[in-house]
Amino acid sequence: MSTINGEATKAYLSKKSVHTSLWRQSLRRLLKNKLAVFGFVVVAFMFAACFIGPLFSPYTDNKINMAFMNKPPSLKHWLGTDVLGRDVLTRVLQAGRISLTVGLASMVLSVFIGSLLGIIAGYYRGIVDQVIMRIADLLLTIPSLPLLFIFGALLSEWKVPTDYRMYIVMLMLSIVGWPGLARMVRGQMLSLREREFMQAAIVLGLRDRRKLFNHLLPNLVPLLIVIATLNIGGAILSESVLSYFGLGVMAPTPTWGNMIDAANNMIDFQEHPWLWIPPGFSIFATVIAINIFGDGLRDVLDPKQKR
Amino acid sequence: MSEILQPLLEVNHLKKYFPIKSGLLSRTVGNVKAVDDISFSIKPGETFGLVGESGSGKSTVGRTILRLTDKTDGEVKFKGIDLYDLSPQELRRLRPKMQLIFQDPYSSLNPRVRIGDAIGEALLDHGLVPQAEVRDRVLEVLAACGLSSYHIDRFPHEFSGGQRQRVGIARALVLNPDLIIADEPVSALDVSIQAQIINLFRKMQETRGLTYLFISHDLSVVEHLCSQIGVMYLGSMMERASRDELFRDPLHPYTKALLSAVPVPIPKLKRERIVLSGELPNPADPPSGCKFHTRCPYAVARCREEVPLFRNVGSDRSVACHLV
Amino acid sequence: MNSILDIEHLRTHFKTDDGTVRAVDDVSFQVRQGEIVCIVGESGSGKSITAMSVMGLVEGPAGRVVGGNIRFDGEELLKLSRNELRTIRGNEIAMIFQEPMTSLNPVLKIGEQLMEPLIEHRKLNKKAARKRAIELINEVGISRAEQIADSYPHELSGGMLQRIMIAIAISCGPKLLIADEPTTALDVTIQAQILDMLRKFKEESNMSILLITHDLGVVAEMADYVVVMYAGKVVEEGEVVALFENPKHPYTQGLLKSKPIINQRQEELYSIPGQVPNPLELVPSCYFHERCAHCMEICKTTQPALKEVGNQQKVACWLYEEATANV
Repeated sequence: MSTINGEATKAYLSKKSVHTSLWRQSLRRLLKNKLAVFGFVVVAFMFAACFIGPLFSPYTDNKINMAFMNKPPSLKHWLGTDVLGRDVLTRVLQAGRISLTVGLASMVLSVFIGSLLGIIAGYYRGIVDQVIMRIADLLLTIPSLPLLFIFGALLSEWKVPTDYRMYIVMLMLSIVGWPGLARMVRGQMLSLREREFMQAAIVLGLRDRRKLFNHLLPNLVPLLIVIATLNIGGAILSESVLSYFGLGVMAPTPTWGNMIDAANNMIDFQEHPWLWIPPGFSIFATVIAINIFGDGLRDVLDPKQKR
Repeated sequence: MSEILQPLLEVNHLKKYFPIKSGLLSRTVGNVKAVDDISFSIKPGETFGLVGESGSGKSTVGRTILRLTDKTDGEVKFKGIDLYDLSPQELRRLRPKMQLIFQDPYSSLNPRVRIGDAIGEALLDHGLVPQAEVRDRVLEVLAACGLSSYHIDRFPHEFSGGQRQRVGIARALVLNPDLIIADEPVSALDVSIQAQIINLFRKMQETRGLTYLFISHDLSVVEHLCSQIGVMYLGSMMERASRDELFRDPLHPYTKALLSAVPVPIPKLKRERIVLSGELPNPADPPSGCKFHTRCPYAVARCREEVPLFRNVGSDRSVACHLV
Repeated sequence: MNSILDIEHLRTHFKTDDGTVRAVDDVSFQVRQGEIVCIVGESGSGKSITAMSVMGLVEGPAGRVVGGNIRFDGEELLKLSRNELRTIRGNEIAMIFQEPMTSLNPVLKIGEQLMEPLIEHRKLNKKAARKRAIELINEVGISRAEQIADSYPHELSGGMLQRIMIAIAISCGPKLLIADEPTTALDVTIQAQILDMLRKFKEESNMSILLITHDLGVVAEMADYVVVMYAGKVVEEGEVVALFENPKHPYTQGLLKSKPIINQRQEELYSIPGQVPNPLELVPSCYFHERCAHCMEICKTTQPALKEVGNQQKVACWLYEEATANV
């Protein structure tokens, strides 16, 4: 019932307030969601810290200093030093750069592939749809983690230079990421096609290009934003898992995942917690914050998914 | 003389069946005959009312005419051109001339497109007016539909149901169509707003010489707007007559029942009411013979066995009933 | 006739992002025994919220009954606990809704849903409840009752489902039946059947019906007494013939004039200009003044009270305040 009143309310508010797009309205509602704003602040802080923070660190050269190995946190080294005497805080921030970049880039790539194929499948339907979706189904039937492990093992077997591994990991993550996405986008496209305003577009005799770009895509974007946001978290996690097992990005390039590898060692785990708690906490905080923010976004952009 | 008599829209033996699929291989096991051999024509400037209850197929008729869904059989001629003979490109170019107004003013407008763009985009897309003039044309039609110029930059969610329906009408009118198919355009609106929109339809017809196919379940609205009326039941046309004849002297028992079932806002008015027994039969498995015989108070044995012909009675009037 | 439902100064408010909506704003009226009272109004008038307030169905963080009394059969409903209310709901007060499809549970058989209230309120055992359920299905005019009792809601048409809803509603012999737009989703021929049936049950059991509708035709056919609502307020009420023949409030007059009537064709329909005011921007005034042809200065600043204007008819309009003041 409250929605009916809400409708009426909105309709008549228009008499005075300036015209607001759904985007502006969503932003206003998002700002009212304290938790989502908190999530966004944490994510923004992580990004800022990782990309700007190291500029202020005197230890960015990662010089190996045996005299300072495995030192606990001190004023000089806020989070202590690692087994090679490198500053842990600097390493965590540099690792964050890689982890966040990998997460972001693989998200962009998988959203691009997934939404492109999903849009094509949903818009043209028929045989194109069949082919795309069967490939997606095939990829979805293979559990992604073992698949990534096999890829990772192959990379090690082929002795791929460590510098390139980061990019290959991104590619791997998007390959396992796109099918779920394509399926969601296709579903949304199919349901949008049936909406009355799309029928109206047919009756008006609009060109395909206009129907696609002016009517379908703008209604798809909110869903894409939500999926994309939530996907970053997933990609960061997957990358961490891979790197933790030594199959993703490898030392000396630091990532949060390969840094927690320290916890694998019983002595480091018990005696030098500053080696694995900071990267572990970074993963935890970043992923949780992204998910909180993503959920908030979903609530304002895609209200039908709620409940 | 012959030009005057030429109908704007001609529908001949139109059929639209929806297959019922079942089983693993989704084989077609039967058909829902949503539109089952319907014929009528509309002359320029006329308003043809298509009346029926839910499941009568009246909306499907409208959609099949506009090729929003494919026909199963029959012919749809607009200005003498068979619409189903046209290529997609030819059809697209002809579309501005025949417009559709939807029932639900909420879902028929794209929530992310400004009103001005929604109304003007088809003008632009068809190149009907130079880009610089689009805005003027939009403002003109907004005013004609009772909206203000400051509405042009607003989004659909900032409008009430009645205003949205005005936008829907403006979107159709800006293209200067010859034919407007209106599918239950006022049934989602409140009474006081309904009257505003009905008056708008009337005014537009008077000032622009429009031809309407008005699809509705509400007989009182249809009586008010339409000069010719067709009554549909389970995909078939039961009766077609001019408004005056139909309301003065309905011939088909279904028309009679429909007319007497409409509640009239006059308390203590003693009316002889024909209350139909039973429910609408399953459209996938319609009754044999006359489709209405299961609910008809006058049904005889012949009605169960033989499909009544839709035949002429009187000068411009047809009915499908054995008893008339 | 003694009143069975007595609503006094009922206020139900909804909190939205943009402020508080007074959906029901100081509404008072009575339903007497054996009487059909119709609340008529357009969307946003608060007619449904009034009914839901009576049923105790306005809950949750957004909506709340903030004031007034609802006395049912002498008992104050707003003071009852959840549990006490439950024994009244579905038993002494029953309700049917606009959408029969969504008000029935899709995974339970029709028979089971009919038996539920009988077992719960009438303490029947399963066998007796089933027998009564079959009787009820017959009573609402459905043949093959046994077969229907064993079918699921999706197997029946909308009209049949609404009959089942009515069967459930009357199963415990309620004193009051609240029907919220019960025929709006149905076709006219089915609507006629349902309305006839409601009237028949009312005659037989002497229950009262509170019928909420936007259709003036339905009101004219069903009502003994009519309450007209606009923007959360009662603007006029009265006995049905008097109100239809001699509507006092400009809104009621406009509403009656704007409805096309079969066999009474006019060239142009009367229409009330403008639209319902934004419920968030209401200031003390007659809420109808912006659309009213008789608007005076006082209408823009002061709210008129509901006053009796003779013959049981009450109206909230300054036109009549002044007339009576001058006399």
